[in-house]
Amino acid sequence: MSDYNFAYLDEQTKRMIRRAILKGLAIPGYQVPFASREMPMPYGWGTGGVQVSAATLTPEDTLKVIDQGADDTTNAVSIRKFFEKTASVDTTEETAQASVIQTRHRIPEEDLREDQILVYQVPIPEPLRFLEPSEIETRKMHSLEEYGLMHVKLYEDIAKHGAIATSYAYPVKVEGRYVMDPSPIPKFDNPKMEMAAIQLFGAGREQRIYALPPYCQVVSLDFEDFPFEASKADHPCDMCGATDSYLDEVIMDDAGNRMFVCSDTDYCASRRKAGHVGAQAAAASAALKETAA
Amino acid sequence: MNADVLKGGFANAPVDAAHAFRAAMNVMARPGTVETLEGVEPPAPMSIAAGTLILTLCDPDTPLHLAGDWDCQEVRDWVAFHIGAPIVGATHAMFAVGNWNALAPLNRFAIGTPEYPDRSATLIVEREALVAAGATLRGPGIKETAEMALPETEAFQMNALLFPLGLDFFFTSGDQVSALPRTTKVEAA
Amino acid sequence: MYVAVKGGERAIDNAHAWLAEERRGDLNVAELSVAQIREQLSLAVNRVMAEGSLYDPDLAALAIKQARGDMIEAIFLIRAYRTTLPRFGASAPVETADMACDRRISATFKDAPGGQVLGPTFDYTHRLLDFALVAEGEASAVERGEARAEPTPHITEFLNKEGLIQTEVDSEDVPGDLTREPLELPANRPLRLQALTRGDEGFVLSMAYSTQRGYARNHAFVGELRIGKVPVEMEIPELGFAIEVGEIELTECETVNQFQGSKTEPPQFTRGYGLVFGQSERKAISMALVDRALRWEELGEDNLGAPAQDEEFVLYHSDNIQATGFLEHIKLPHYVDFQSELELIRKLRREAMENTMPVQEAAE
Repeated sequence: MSDYNFAYLDEQTKRMIRRAILKGLAIPGYQVPFASREMPMPYGWGTGGVQVSAATLTPEDTLKVIDQGADDTTNAVSIRKFFEKTASVDTTEETAQASVIQTRHRIPEEDLREDQILVYQVPIPEPLRFLEPSEIETRKMHSLEEYGLMHVKLYEDIAKHGAIATSYAYPVKVEGRYVMDPSPIPKFDNPKMEMAAIQLFGAGREQRIYALPPYCQVVSLDFEDFPFEASKADHPCDMCGATDSYLDEVIMDDAGNRMFVCSDTDYCASRRKAGHVGAQAAAASAALKETAA
Repeated sequence: MNADVLKGGFANAPVDAAHAFRAAMNVMARPGTVETLEGVEPPAPMSIAAGTLILTLCDPDTPLHLAGDWDCQEVRDWVAFHIGAPIVGATHAMFAVGNWNALAPLNRFAIGTPEYPDRSATLIVEREALVAAGATLRGPGIKETAEMALPETEAFQMNALLFPLGLDFFFTSGDQVSALPRTTKVEAA
Repeated sequence: MYVAVKGGERAIDNAHAWLAEERRGDLNVAELSVAQIREQLSLAVNRVMAEGSLYDPDLAALAIKQARGDMIEAIFLIRAYRTTLPRFGASAPVETADMACDRRISATFKDAPGGQVLGPTFDYTHRLLDFALVAEGEASAVERGEARAEPTPHITEFLNKEGLIQTEVDSEDVPGDLTREPLELPANRPLRLQALTRGDEGFVLSMAYSTQRGYARNHAFVGELRIGKVPVEMEIPELGFAIEVGEIELTECETVNQFQGSKTEPPQFTRGYGLVFGQSERKAISMALVDRALRWEELGEDNLGAPAQDEEFVLYHSDNIQATGFLEHIKLPHYVDFQSELELIRKLRREAMENTMPVQEAAE
């Protein structure tokens, strides 16, 4: 093991983070300021999520880390290694096996359970930031529940494009009170946020923690005549044939041919293991048989 | 200083505190559930769960209020040695511990400000027993409804009306803990 | 056939190995020692200490070596190390009047008690490449004067005696700590000064420069710039008195600025203040100018909407570790978000085409 404390952070720092998490759970959707520490990875690379995970993990936990839905993306690998080294926790790529899941930009496809915790890495926690750059102003707006600016922005989108032109980090209203940034997950994932697991959000550089207790009301902002729509590519997964999962588009050749695959690598792999086959996978195995014959 | 105060802390602080926090987080996220919270042995009248909770969450940065019988020399010495939290009056407390009568009146405690509703006190209410039956609870963390025996209902109804301001409560008894955040709507049985 | 990209772990390990090799460079060239960096690249070491907020020349030199000379990377290494250090307490405020000055100049008075000491400065060098240094020749020893033993009074104190400059009132308040508490706005001057002293030198320089060019112009005289070592003392509760725990090199700058006076204050000069670890005079002067610009509200001046007057703007953007982390994170995969944007733009285009098609047909 290393010379560092269990889960890297010193105990006083963990207490400070833990207090912020508890207040976050008590005031769902409200961004609790916390004295984020400099971590051995850069700001913007998940330091908020890492600090929240470090304050949450116990040695018995099994940790899964995903980036863009995948366990094997380089930053997910790097964060997983960090906790293997500093907290000696078991790690897994299987969603069902994990007790704590740290994520960047996705919610796993498989429904999470009550005994699981989902930790989000958040770049800009303030949903109003792109409309109002000043923290003093946005804090005032939250305190007065003054969210008109957000509705105006969404409405201008509709007037201009005929649709709301926000496809990820789509703002939500929590328990009818705070407008919250769900982190840059695709809006496809927004409806999953009303879940059985505890959801914790950490923004290191911006020094904010927020949280959603289980079964918390999370409503994506919309208008009666333009209801929220959780969209994805209109295509089944070419590998596992899933029609209900969020898809990545992969460019296959110089001619620009493309295929669609699940962004949640564990979901796709477990479906294929269970015998589900998508169009490209079927074609490939047919081609293989032909060559063999 | 009594030599006993040196005892009763965590045996392995980083790991014990991690377990304790998970129990505290689980009950705060799921009002009505009861978990075991142990690891420290505070002096009487403080329960194991309350002692474990303050050792997990409090330090020199968190003013602590000891209410009623909990404000005794043994507890003060134990807090001074293991936690170092300044002991303060109710109005300046981030955390307070005592039984329901000693903590009253609740309006002495900080409920946060409109811009910083998190700057509110967390009250640790020591009880004879924690019973998952009685008042009906609704709100975040509860799938439909939950039940919990409360010392009274009106105080919690008033507290919920303050949302997003308000107090958050832990209930402790022996090595058991449960919680009631400001978001929970309480209905008498 | 598509195969999901695997092997992130191996790629990382390989990249790290390659990085180590590149850091060392050509093996036929002797390796740099940390001591060489500490002694011969001391201004780089000073910058890393200042922006890393840790006074340790050896560690700063090590960080520069490990970072291949990338200053921000070296500062990052020091910051990440610093957060893991336990805190034993706070020192007593250092007394810069007691500084053993290597350099001490004033632009406001031709001479003053303590004198003008030019010290080791680039100021009047001609910026001509010195090809003699290629030959790695030893510099000849120079004659040294004796350092002043008695305290060197601050120049601004002479103005203060006449009541011509605003008095900075001592405060008993314990200043906040940017590294231990979340930044809350509006901040106060101690927090602003903390942010500026550890802020990126380039950022603080540009902010200061912008005030000189007219964005919240407030003409600054360098009342005094001093560089030297000061003792650091710490109160030990068990002993009941302060003991010296070490010595640090500091650069201090006080600017004297114009002030018209207000309803409550007669016309008098005001100050900007800069204090930075090591010999870092560009940074200290810049800091003093930005400090002064940020004091507009307290001094009853107009908010001209200049960037250097905007506390929130300056404090949120001065830290190069935050800035570089967030800037560089856009290298990380964003394909989930990009995918959602792709779908959105296709949908919007489809709808736009459907709306415009009939018009096009009619035109044909």
